[in-house]
Amino acid sequence: MTSTLANILFFGLAYGMILYMTSVGLSITMGLMGFVNLAHGVFAMLGGYATVTLMNSLAVPFLPALLAACILVTGLGFALERLLYRRLYGAAELDQVLFSMALIFISVAIARIFWGPLAQPIVLPHYLQGHFELAGATIPTYRLFLLIFGGAIAAALWFGFDRTLFGARVRAAVENHEMAEAVGINTDRLFALTFGLGTGLAALGGGLGAEILAISPGYPLQYIIFFLIVVAVGGLGSIKGPLYAALIIGLADTATKYLMPEVGMIFVFAFVFLLLRWRPQGIVSRRKG
Amino acid sequence: MSGQMSERPVLEARGLNKSFGSVVVTRDVNMSLRRGERRALIGPNGAGKTTFVNLLSGRLRPTSGEVFLDGVDVSRADEARRSKLGMGRTFQITSLFPALTAHENIFLALAECAGFGLHMLRSARSYGALHDRADELLEKVGLLPVSATTVQQLPYGQQRLIEIAVALALEPKVLLLDEPAAGIPTSERDLILDIVKALPGDIAVLLIDHDMDLVFRFAERITVLVQGSILVEGSPAEIAADQRVRDVYLGEKS
Amino acid sequence: MGRTATIWLEPLPWLLALATYALAPQYAPLMTQIFVMILFAMSLDLLVGYTGIVTLGHAAQFGTGAYVAGILAARGWITDPTLTAVLAMLAAGTVGLLFGSLMLRTKGLAFLMLSVASGMLLYEIANKATGITGGDDGLQGVVFSPLLGLWEFDFRGTTAFFYSLLMLFLTFIFLRRVVNSPFGWSLRGIRENDLRMAAIGCQNYRRRLIAYTLASALAGLAGAVQAQCTGFVALNSLSFELSGGVLIMLILGGSGRLYGAMFGVPIYMIAQDYLAKNDPTNWFLWQGIILLILVLFARGGVLSLAERGFQACWRKVAR
Repeated sequence: MTSTLANILFFGLAYGMILYMTSVGLSITMGLMGFVNLAHGVFAMLGGYATVTLMNSLAVPFLPALLAACILVTGLGFALERLLYRRLYGAAELDQVLFSMALIFISVAIARIFWGPLAQPIVLPHYLQGHFELAGATIPTYRLFLLIFGGAIAAALWFGFDRTLFGARVRAAVENHEMAEAVGINTDRLFALTFGLGTGLAALGGGLGAEILAISPGYPLQYIIFFLIVVAVGGLGSIKGPLYAALIIGLADTATKYLMPEVGMIFVFAFVFLLLRWRPQGIVSRRKG
Repeated sequence: MSGQMSERPVLEARGLNKSFGSVVVTRDVNMSLRRGERRALIGPNGAGKTTFVNLLSGRLRPTSGEVFLDGVDVSRADEARRSKLGMGRTFQITSLFPALTAHENIFLALAECAGFGLHMLRSARSYGALHDRADELLEKVGLLPVSATTVQQLPYGQQRLIEIAVALALEPKVLLLDEPAAGIPTSERDLILDIVKALPGDIAVLLIDHDMDLVFRFAERITVLVQGSILVEGSPAEIAADQRVRDVYLGEKS
Repeated sequence: MGRTATIWLEPLPWLLALATYALAPQYAPLMTQIFVMILFAMSLDLLVGYTGIVTLGHAAQFGTGAYVAGILAARGWITDPTLTAVLAMLAAGTVGLLFGSLMLRTKGLAFLMLSVASGMLLYEIANKATGITGGDDGLQGVVFSPLLGLWEFDFRGTTAFFYSLLMLFLTFIFLRRVVNSPFGWSLRGIRENDLRMAAIGCQNYRRRLIAYTLASALAGLAGAVQAQCTGFVALNSLSFELSGGVLIMLILGGSGRLYGAMFGVPIYMIAQDYLAKNDPTNWFLWQGIILLILVLFARGGVLSLAERGFQACWRKVAR
């Protein structure tokens, strides 16, 4: 029983960390630009593909591959923001939804053409495989690594967001666009930078979590609901909210899978409905209702 | 009680407070309007005039304090409910239905006011009396000729007038006019003033504006709001003579 | 709004549908599918086009209608098509009322997420309750009794064709009434400016909830008709793909005009038939490209494009 609990805890929290990394960028860009980017998962998928391809075809080690994937996708996100996304800032919500759906469809097709319909296997480096014993408990190395890595990312984001000038600018722009412009913040450049950062983080999440959220062409559609839940439950434009939300969702989903597999996601969905009925703005929101 | 009926204010704010986080925007405001009164609310930029209007109209909930509309406590009521009870308003930034025609804009207000908003199976075109009334209101603001034009195609000044017509369609007891002349050239301001002055005598009107000239030509009484609380209230002559008001407005564009 | 000029066009789509049957009866099953989807897309138009509620979970109600009709008949409880259709509408309307009351106080991304979740929630339930729904295999071999006791749902799809066309026609007449009523106008008001609507005394939340419930019941009708005409309910009828697909069909034709569904659905379905025949990957790519073009260059869909083209020609001719 204790081992089941420990498993749920480790698997759930690690899963939550992956959800956090893939989603937090969406929360910020959504809060900052008000852009409903359903295609955020595309960048996570591409990060996963890039990591796996670099490892499997070019024999690049895991961590350098991850870094390279992150840089590649950040560049791509930056370019897409400049070329396409910015055209739709301030457009009707419907147009943004359709536009991001278009990106999803196109990327799904492209992924299928290049990598085929099957999930890409990832072979983790040996130092991340298996378990180790600590004080009588069996600890899965990879999950522990994810926990530590995710925690470090969250801490770094919190620091960057709450303690630096860049972060202060982003927060100011989230809270009041015009005011930020008026005091001389270049929101246009801020958007591009933040968007790039968000996509980079998604790519990192995609690559790191390739063993948990399998990299296949259906990725952006299959997991879209998780990214959306994390952001909506966490609250737009927040760093902390999505972290709590991601960890809760990760734990809840893992726990139901272990303890009540016949219930599936039903429990999580019902929970989300009730939570948002109670707090329509999410757990933490920087935007005033 | 019944003896006081005629004296009862049609709109009353008691101890209204509003803060956003740690910022206090409205501070212990008491104000009452008689039936048919012509009142102006002035104050420098950032005095919290629009917030105060929003507290009265129900768009914002006060942190504490009460609002009475014709003797009914509406402090907990939302905007829609207050509108039904006789609160009409216009917005500082024009707020209409851009893709609908001038006529349709007013018809919508009339239909809501008449309680027809849930009629589903009768064509909206068959409500003859409401359409006549809509035309009448357009006539009143001099816009009958553009009745069938979508509002987004009309010049800004005319949109301001439609705002007033929409508010009038609700047969309000109280009308809150938030800078009705904002953003229109001085040459057209007189037109707005004429229309505001010609509003039915039984409606209490609260006019918010920067334009001293406009305010002094319109109001019987003036309330001055500074930093969220009322500085002074009095007749135009009293306000014009008040040293504190002068101090506040010194250096303001007025 | 130029009604007299187009009034003679109104019977055209219906005559076209009947003519297609007369000339090529072998296409009746495909036409039936198209009618069902038009009905479904029209119900969505009430939300997306008229009220401005963008939902990605409309299949939740479509699937509910399909499963309710299907299960009633499969179990042999009620097999009469008309009665099951009514019950399916009631069920889908109730589901819509429930979800709507949970969702409609949120906006933007939170609303979109909940709309997706509403569909997935029911999908999961149907997927797990294999004993009742047939799970992943769908509900197969559903037999309904003859329509009004007179016409059996035959192999060639004649009854299905006329039945679905009639249901579509009735829905269209009903929706046209609704959108032209004061209620319908108030929905447009909410779409255009919900804050203004509140200031003139409209209880937006309640109004939108009514629209949502109404659209849900009609989506349920579409689902029931599909179950009746095909004798089968697929798990797919609750899927996110269907919710997204029907939205694309509607936008392709043009939302907020009821006729948009009549154009968008056939174009989409025929294109899908043609482009996805060899390779489903192709279809994803094409769908993406079509959507991108629609959003970036052709807002308002096919009807809007046709309208603009027509007006341009008209101006030339008039000169």
